[in-house]
Amino acid sequence: MNLIHNIPFFSIFLAMFAGIVTILIKDGDKARRLHLSITVVIGIMSFILLMYTYTKEQRFTFMMGHFPSPWGNELKAGPLEAMLALLFSVVMFLSIIGGKHLIKKEILPEKQGFYFIMMNLIFGAMLAIIYTNDLFTAYVFIEINTICSCALIMAKDSGSSIIATIHYLIMSLLGSGFILFSIAMLYSITGQLLMTQLKGSIMVLLSSGEYNFPLTIIIALFTIGIAIKSGLFPFHTMLPGAYDSATTASSAILSGLVLKSYIILLIKMYYCVFTINMIRQMRITNLLFFLGLCGMVIGSLLALKERRIKRELAYSSVAQIGYIYMGIGIGSDLGIEAAVLNIIAHALAKALLFTVVGRMKDVSLSQDFNHCLKCAAHKDPIAGIGFLVGSFSIIGIPLFAGFASKLYLAIASFISPAKMASAFIIIAASMILNAMYFIPPTIDIWSPVHESDGNYGPRAKVSKSFALSTTAFIAINLLVGLNYKYIVHIVDIGIQLMH
Amino acid sequence: MTNMLRFLTENHYEAGAIILFGIGFLNLLLQDNLIKKFIGLNIMDTAVYLFLVSQGYIAGHTAPIATVGQKALASKFINPIPSGLVLTGIVVSVSVTAFSLALVQRLYKKYGTLSLDKVLVLLKEDKEDESNP
Amino acid sequence: MKENGGKWEKFFKWINGETTIDSVILENSRKKRFAKRKLRHQKAKFIALRLKHSKRRIQEIICIIVAVVFIGILLKTASELPTCGKPDNPVNNEVSERYLEKGVEETGSINLVSGMILDYRAFDTFGESCVLFTAVICVAMLLKRDKNNIDPIEDQELKEDEEIKNADGSLILKFVARLVIPFIFLYGIYVILNGHLSPGGGFSGGAIIGAGLMLYSTAYGQENTRRFFTYETFKKVSATCLLIYCFSKGYSFFTGGNHLKNIIPKGIPGNILSSGLILPLNICVGIIVACTMYGIYSFFTKGDI
Repeated sequence: MNLIHNIPFFSIFLAMFAGIVTILIKDGDKARRLHLSITVVIGIMSFILLMYTYTKEQRFTFMMGHFPSPWGNELKAGPLEAMLALLFSVVMFLSIIGGKHLIKKEILPEKQGFYFIMMNLIFGAMLAIIYTNDLFTAYVFIEINTICSCALIMAKDSGSSIIATIHYLIMSLLGSGFILFSIAMLYSITGQLLMTQLKGSIMVLLSSGEYNFPLTIIIALFTIGIAIKSGLFPFHTMLPGAYDSATTASSAILSGLVLKSYIILLIKMYYCVFTINMIRQMRITNLLFFLGLCGMVIGSLLALKERRIKRELAYSSVAQIGYIYMGIGIGSDLGIEAAVLNIIAHALAKALLFTVVGRMKDVSLSQDFNHCLKCAAHKDPIAGIGFLVGSFSIIGIPLFAGFASKLYLAIASFISPAKMASAFIIIAASMILNAMYFIPPTIDIWSPVHESDGNYGPRAKVSKSFALSTTAFIAINLLVGLNYKYIVHIVDIGIQLMH
Repeated sequence: MTNMLRFLTENHYEAGAIILFGIGFLNLLLQDNLIKKFIGLNIMDTAVYLFLVSQGYIAGHTAPIATVGQKALASKFINPIPSGLVLTGIVVSVSVTAFSLALVQRLYKKYGTLSLDKVLVLLKEDKEDESNP
Repeated sequence: MKENGGKWEKFFKWINGETTIDSVILENSRKKRFAKRKLRHQKAKFIALRLKHSKRRIQEIICIIVAVVFIGILLKTASELPTCGKPDNPVNNEVSERYLEKGVEETGSINLVSGMILDYRAFDTFGESCVLFTAVICVAMLLKRDKNNIDPIEDQELKEDEEIKNADGSLILKFVARLVIPFIFLYGIYVILNGHLSPGGGFSGGAIIGAGLMLYSTAYGQENTRRFFTYETFKKVSATCLLIYCFSKGYSFFTGGNHLKNIIPKGIPGNILSSGLILPLNICVGIIVACTMYGIYSFFTKGDI
């Protein structure tokens, strides 16, 4: 009996348990404290797991029940999974702390308890998606994820948030329909649901040449389903409305974590069920590469056109998702590593940006048009600095987390000349576009309300929780940006162990 | 082509499931009324369950419920896995349907209509009111 | 005096008990709101129609082409899949064989599907209960009466409804309900308790009991249902059952994952008290489902339990 092997199971059940218990708590503050403490506990456990798996270079299985692998459910954890769980808990903790005031202000007191139930359940579901080794379990938890993310969007309870929720729900359900169909077809040709056994039978099928066409369609369907759910370029229409109308903590978690959990599942599928070479031979990576490039450019262009700052950030997420899919589309280990690196960098930067924008909205004229955020940075300088750091990281300026991921994406694209040329051009163009759409809001927030008198107005009351969250976000961003070699190493070991 | 025809006549469960899936998909894309849209989604889900449950069927075998005192033989029963998966799937689909209908009800209370086009127009007006008070 | 004649008239009417001020005001506000709404709707419809003519046609045609191509590809794929109903399909492998042949021995359940979903693949089923829980919380979040979601007209209508039910309205429904409801509950309980012995289980039995609760609430009104089933009971009962589920499955996963011995006895297959954790789990699931179904129903119709 090794207690560390129990950590994935404990984390999932702890989050679910907290979600169930929260229904009995009437007070929103207590519910939030419970959620935060659970996040801290899970974060510490994930850190221990990360250290353990990283030093031992090991990926272990945990039986969920008394029956071994083709019969019972299983969890599987390695360095990559542990690191993502750690990232999820950190970002979740900091976003909730940073968005605390707005949650209190925008959500009715009697519904705050419900809000934190959803937070706990979505956290548990994301952890389950990361750790599970069983396709059908992944589907069930994807559905929990979908419903909870819709609940997080609609918690604000305004007309536009309900419309945005319906849009988000329809798109997500379409995606889950595709995923379920592909799982059903995969089951019908292999008769297995666990990833380890699936890989074995798919290898047999490949060598015999049987069911080649259905296999391609299955992979395509699964990929399209995940792409719809994670908002890859032609399916991104649900994101801006949703992030614009949700409360800040929700937007931060949805764009920083929830979209990423689906992509992680896709990467796990590509390594643990199929092999990356097989995906490359089926030319699905080329499709992802192309869509990723389109997303990078078009997302940035749409962001440039947008006047509402939260919508602008949503379009910037579309562009960043494009980067991630481009990394997957390169179709090599290095490309996937770069994609994972970008997942980490984007989760940190975008959660920071949403938190900061929420705070600035709170201290300024209470409307979120760009020109109304004028002078917001003077009212709360920490918010101003946070915005700068977040945008530098998204643009990809050295020293910040975003730089490393872009660097590795460029290195990974050396695999073929055509991909290299297009990746270099588009990355350069997209970085310039990123800088262009971040410049107007940055100038706006630092300039006085009236150009002539230079009056900055009074400082807003300092919010300790916000200051703490933003400082921590900035520190982690710099830490990741400066020590990206270690993270690349962990990701590398994690990916190698998944083969 | 003959392959296709043989499939349509032999595998009518699977063919029917896929055609149903398409009907649901089109409903989802083309309907303007939100409740009809969600019915389309439901049809899609049901089609997948039909497909899944037909995978577990074995001609001539019975439901997997053992008799006390007799040894259960795999050659007597159908495959229980798809049935179990569909059971889970149905519950998921019920939950999703309840949630989406609740959303539609709230929307109707706010805007007094179920047509998506109309709601979008009304929402745009509201937003314009908001921005130029 | 004369100018206010209309108002006084209403006041006298109210004193005479012909109509209440509330309902008059409500009636007026309802009319006003409908008129306003109608105007807005006509405008919206006009704009929507104009949009439809210009853009929608092309969109619809593209949608249909996409869907047809999509169905074609799927049909082609499915035609290459193994034929349905053959015993030697890849689906019928060692996994299902063990579920069927060793299921009774290893789970103690005669109903092999029950054994499979509550013992072999119990993690999925835990997720499934959580989905149901999530859905009912979402419905409560959306439809429970609060500051943003209040409508005096609707409340008035609901109140009138209750009054009709408390008076001698809907006699036939009440009579039939009184006859049928005990049997519905009994049947639901039977299905839950025999979940490991015969077709059925927590979900189906819970749905039956939930339907019985709905029938009671329709026939006798919500006030009467509240005597034994309020929002507080709903919260406590479903949370307790989910927690029992969570802990008992957690125990079995913990012992399984760490290769410890499971001390829960399996019993003799075929008895009511057998099959280890499956019976208590079925009961928990049944109660959760019954609460959830009734909860969803009453949030939809009345905005509260």
